[in-house]
Amino acid sequence: MQVKLKKHSFPELIKFDPGMYIEALVDWLILNFQGFFDALTDVIKWIVFNIQDGLSFIPWFLFILLIFLLGWKLKSFQSGLGYAMMIMLIGLIGLWEDMIFTLAIVITSVILSIIIGIPIGIFSAYNQKLEALLKPLLDGMQTMPSFVYLIPAMIFFGLGTVPAVFATIVYSTPPCIRLTSLAIQRVPKEMREAAYAFGSSRWQALVKVELPQAMPTIMAGINQTTMLAMSMVVTSSMIGAKGLGENVIIAINRTDIAMGFNSGISIVFLAIIIDRLTQMISKKYEHV
Amino acid sequence: MSKKIEVKNLYKIFGSKPKLALKRLKEGWTKEKILKTTGQTVGVNNASFTVDEGEFFVIMGLSGSGKSTLIRCLNLLNRPTAGEILIDGEDIVKYDRQQLREFRQNKVAMVFQNFGLFTHRTVLGNVEYGLEIRNINKDKRKQIALEALESVGLKGWEDKMPTELSGGMQQRVGLARALANNPDILLMDEPFSALDPLIRRDMQIELLEIQSKLKKTIIFITHDINEAFKLGDRVAVMKDGKIVQQGTPEEILNNPSNEYIEDFVKSIDRTKVIKAKNIMKRPNALVSIKDGVRVAIREMQTNHISSVFVVGENMQLEGIVTIDDCVEAIKNKQSSLKALLRHDYYKTTEDEYIENLLENATKSRYPIVVVNDENKLLGIIVRTSILSGLLPYNSN
Repeated sequence: MQVKLKKHSFPELIKFDPGMYIEALVDWLILNFQGFFDALTDVIKWIVFNIQDGLSFIPWFLFILLIFLLGWKLKSFQSGLGYAMMIMLIGLIGLWEDMIFTLAIVITSVILSIIIGIPIGIFSAYNQKLEALLKPLLDGMQTMPSFVYLIPAMIFFGLGTVPAVFATIVYSTPPCIRLTSLAIQRVPKEMREAAYAFGSSRWQALVKVELPQAMPTIMAGINQTTMLAMSMVVTSSMIGAKGLGENVIIAINRTDIAMGFNSGISIVFLAIIIDRLTQMISKKYEHV
Repeated sequence: MSKKIEVKNLYKIFGSKPKLALKRLKEGWTKEKILKTTGQTVGVNNASFTVDEGEFFVIMGLSGSGKSTLIRCLNLLNRPTAGEILIDGEDIVKYDRQQLREFRQNKVAMVFQNFGLFTHRTVLGNVEYGLEIRNINKDKRKQIALEALESVGLKGWEDKMPTELSGGMQQRVGLARALANNPDILLMDEPFSALDPLIRRDMQIELLEIQSKLKKTIIFITHDINEAFKLGDRVAVMKDGKIVQQGTPEEILNNPSNEYIEDFVKSIDRTKVIKAKNIMKRPNALVSIKDGVRVAIREMQTNHISSVFVVGENMQLEGIVTIDDCVEAIKNKQSSLKALLRHDYYKTTEDEYIENLLENATKSRYPIVVVNDENKLLGIIVRTSILSGLLPYNSN
């Protein structure tokens, strides 16, 4: 049997190691752009810490009230109450601080994803070549196991929050790019023609017609980006990001069922609240 | 009248190798053969026409005939493959980006088949759009936009969203948006095709009213021959990207240049094209109000009719008298016609379509009388002339 299998398996003589080239590329980047990565590290750190400071500055009861009011205003009284209870429960479990950490990382990642994703999405909507180039890249970014990003992230940015943000951005930007591009391409033909027929410049057509028309879909993309960023919370804790994910990792190491459940359910609650609130915001933009 | 638009040998070919297709086309290949062998789609094939200032020019053709492609060349939404488009003597095809924007902002506006309204803006925001692009200040553009909305009968609707409006009202917004820019030229791409027939008729009438006030140069696309002939001062018929005939509705109706147009013309409802003036006759018999009853009786007897119109000085219409009344009057030794005048006939103007006369023609005992604004008698229409007017290809 063994011999037979050997006969039909791929010949060992022909070998190709693509990973080697990626490694070489990463090494080359490190060698030549260390200053750039250091600067980037500082910027990301600065954003995360400021958001974290801002969030910690809000007293816990006000925070809960805020969530309640948002839920009430955007959806319904019951929803507001539900969200408030969920966030309250996270506090009761004793994971308030960790939640703030996680939230800071997620918010930073999402903001940067939007800043990167929307312009790329707009360009690829106009440029078929760019779109054709991006499609497999985006597919790859989303299907590549998210752990894999941790390795270059660590090499570029060391351990801690910054590589976590980097890996999260790589993982969660694709839907933002994709849906922005799709939304702009789907602006009805006559509407775009009308914009140009009245003498709009490309910028005016984009800002006054195409983007407002695309907004509901772009917001749906942002919602997806946020959810993907949330799902990276645990993964990125493997390289030392603090927050709710860290507790999950510890719980796994200790096989601590209670702790695992507590931090797990906190992540779920946080995800639900963020998802519903961003969904409601994107609904506000619908006008068709 | 001065020439406003002059299109010379215009070609538009869609695809990656338009020059090749153009060469083949000039060698005499058909549209189908070019599509098969080169994969290029011929949209417009050697179109030439002139439109005068203030003229209502209709381009008619079935779907796929290239009419929408052609109208989009006139504001360069489609860039022509070859040919010239002179507007006020300038070739717009040669414009650079900035000149083109200025041209679109100032000279030409477009109305779309499916309205092309911005659904994220209010009705007012839509009408203001062209002015906003031109950086006209807020108060001024609001004022202009409100006036434009009022002119299309949408006063009070400015804060609604377009999707809250019916189709007819949405197209009024589209029209107001185009008018607000005060363009010389209005391009209308099947503007009423998406509307139901009743609304369409109202919109056609309103457009004609607006046109009689504003005297824009209008290029109007339609696939409906009734609409084309009703609205157009002149009509161009397109087929397979070519203009196969152009002329006034009467010219085309009476002298279709080929089978394709003949088929088109057959489908037309002639009652909507032919006007009272086309079928009215000069009355054989007429009496003056100063004449006596006996003169009237003699007029009727010699012409074998039972009633006759009575006119005063300068052909002013006074009324109608019947033979029975006259005979009765003779018996009673009355001689003046004044006492016998009847007024239960139907009066119309010379520009009325016979569509609107049919019912009265069948109801009334007397011929329909055609008068001008000063009540001067111009002619009469008897039932038989309406019927013969409806026959195709008569040369009235």
